[in-house]
Amino acid sequence: MTIPGARPAAADSVPAISARGLRKSFGEKTVLDGIDLSVPAGTILALLGPNGAGKTTAVHLLTTYLRPDAGDIRIAGHDPAKDPQAVRRAIGVTGQFSAVDGYLTGRENLMLMADLHLLPKAEGRRRAGDLLERFELAEAADKPAATYSGGMKRKLDLAMTLVGNPKVIFLDEPTTGLDPRSRRVMWDIIRGLVAEGTTILLTTQYLDEADQLAHRVAVLDGGRIVAEGTPAELKTRVPGGHIELTFADRAELDAAALVLAPTGRDDDALTLQLAGDGRVSTLRTLLQRLDDASVEVEALAVHTPDLDDVFFALTGKTDKERA
Amino acid sequence: MSTLTLADGRPGGVDTRTHAWVHARIMLRRNLRHMLRYPSLTLMVTMMPLVFLLLFVYVFGGTLGSGLGSGTPVGVHGGREAYAAYVAPAIIVMAVAAAAQGTAIAVAQDMTEGIIARFRTMAVARSSVLTGHVVGAAIQTMVSVTVVTLAAIAVGFRPHAGVAEWFAAVGVVLLLTFAVTWLCVGLGLSAKSVETASNSPMFLMLLPFLSSGFVPTASLPTGMRWFSQYEPFTPVNETLRGLLTGTKIGDNLVVTLAWCLGVAVLSYAWSRRLYEREPKAS
Repeated sequence: MTIPGARPAAADSVPAISARGLRKSFGEKTVLDGIDLSVPAGTILALLGPNGAGKTTAVHLLTTYLRPDAGDIRIAGHDPAKDPQAVRRAIGVTGQFSAVDGYLTGRENLMLMADLHLLPKAEGRRRAGDLLERFELAEAADKPAATYSGGMKRKLDLAMTLVGNPKVIFLDEPTTGLDPRSRRVMWDIIRGLVAEGTTILLTTQYLDEADQLAHRVAVLDGGRIVAEGTPAELKTRVPGGHIELTFADRAELDAAALVLAPTGRDDDALTLQLAGDGRVSTLRTLLQRLDDASVEVEALAVHTPDLDDVFFALTGKTDKERA
Repeated sequence: MSTLTLADGRPGGVDTRTHAWVHARIMLRRNLRHMLRYPSLTLMVTMMPLVFLLLFVYVFGGTLGSGLGSGTPVGVHGGREAYAAYVAPAIIVMAVAAAAQGTAIAVAQDMTEGIIARFRTMAVARSSVLTGHVVGAAIQTMVSVTVVTLAAIAVGFRPHAGVAEWFAAVGVVLLLTFAVTWLCVGLGLSAKSVETASNSPMFLMLLPFLSSGFVPTASLPTGMRWFSQYEPFTPVNETLRGLLTGTKIGDNLVVTLAWCLGVAVLSYAWSRRLYEREPKAS
């Protein structure tokens, strides 16, 4: 699986982010056990994994925050081991924990970033104003960031990352802890950035987030990449979905169970699960058989495999077990 | 367009050392803004020496002043007035120590902020965060020292220093400030928590009491006298006292310079190393 699933905005042959054999231990504990990553310019890679899989450490290594024990990294063509400052000039990082100055106002936080990027004052003011508008923070712009809600802090955090116009952006769990609406807003912002040609590596523990945003997904578990590909490719790697039938009462359920070969049964919910995909021929045969036995079906639902199934198949854990 | 930026708006110049001062100034502005917006720590570290000044002059001063013996400042005749003149330099030294203690707290507090992690992944001169803290602390200390000196004059301290002596005294105070401030930056960086950072510099508040600042060392019991004669705050005190009130300075100035420069340089190196070590995984 080496063909990128995306239409790279800039068809660079050199990936914007690449890592080979990345290792990191803290004392006895090996957190990353040799991972390889490659993100073509202008695409999003989602690093998907449960808590403790090593996602944040991977971001720390790629962004010069920590040094790897072993491995080779190139960010926008620069080697962080040789020239960390060149890497830092090319990237923007929004970490998992709010990296805003709570004592300063939203605008002052943005101006601080503009100053550190050595932008001329007028240019910095203009950019800060634009970002405040774009992130719907204009109203709270002159209040201390400490008074912001979680969602507002996240948005300010990302806005601060964008002040320097980074070509490569790292987002560590950008939507963890956000309400559904703020999450949508964040997704739209991320999509907008990629449309402008930015390369993004984001980590997430939400499967639908990876599905929604990423061109490619790398599944990280126990410090190793256990699978990589487009969301569609990953889904083809797990056995097909299932069909769920709901019945009006217990008698109908029993009758159906006799003529079908259910893989699961729930007497309380009055449902049967059957292996099978959503193909019309499969469904027609199934319904025909129930019709022949004069069994009435209340409802029918087809479940195509989602990344949750993928995750389960790859790591032997379900989303719920991880929570 | 500024000459500092390239066409794409990114900083030019590969060497960030050229930006170190620009970045330090930005960080200084950030720290000053913190101090102005949340002045409680600044107020606390200024109040402490003021309270000691009033306590020692008005509560203990009457009795202590009469017992100064050969330590009695020139031109005054015992009692409260004499003690105000005697203790003033020590209170100034305490103001410096108290402000430094505040710096240890501020640094430890700042290191828990997420924005420090952000600075580490930005092309920001490494030293600028600490330089911003130290210069900010120095400004804060000078304000505090000015307040305390004026208060000392209000309660009867009569310095008779010329322009040159005043400048020299400010120089000594500044040098002491940089020494204890860098030391406290190191203590703040090495502290595991903000509470530790507020406790570990406590000895800096205690040492002036054991110096020649509050009573002449000759009046102390033998062991303590020995300690008092050799601890760094005694020469600092004697130098300041000499510059401000005309007592004999002798080799105290040289010893003061040696102590301050030594502590400043070692603490600076220690602090830089602490800041540049790999951060702990979060």
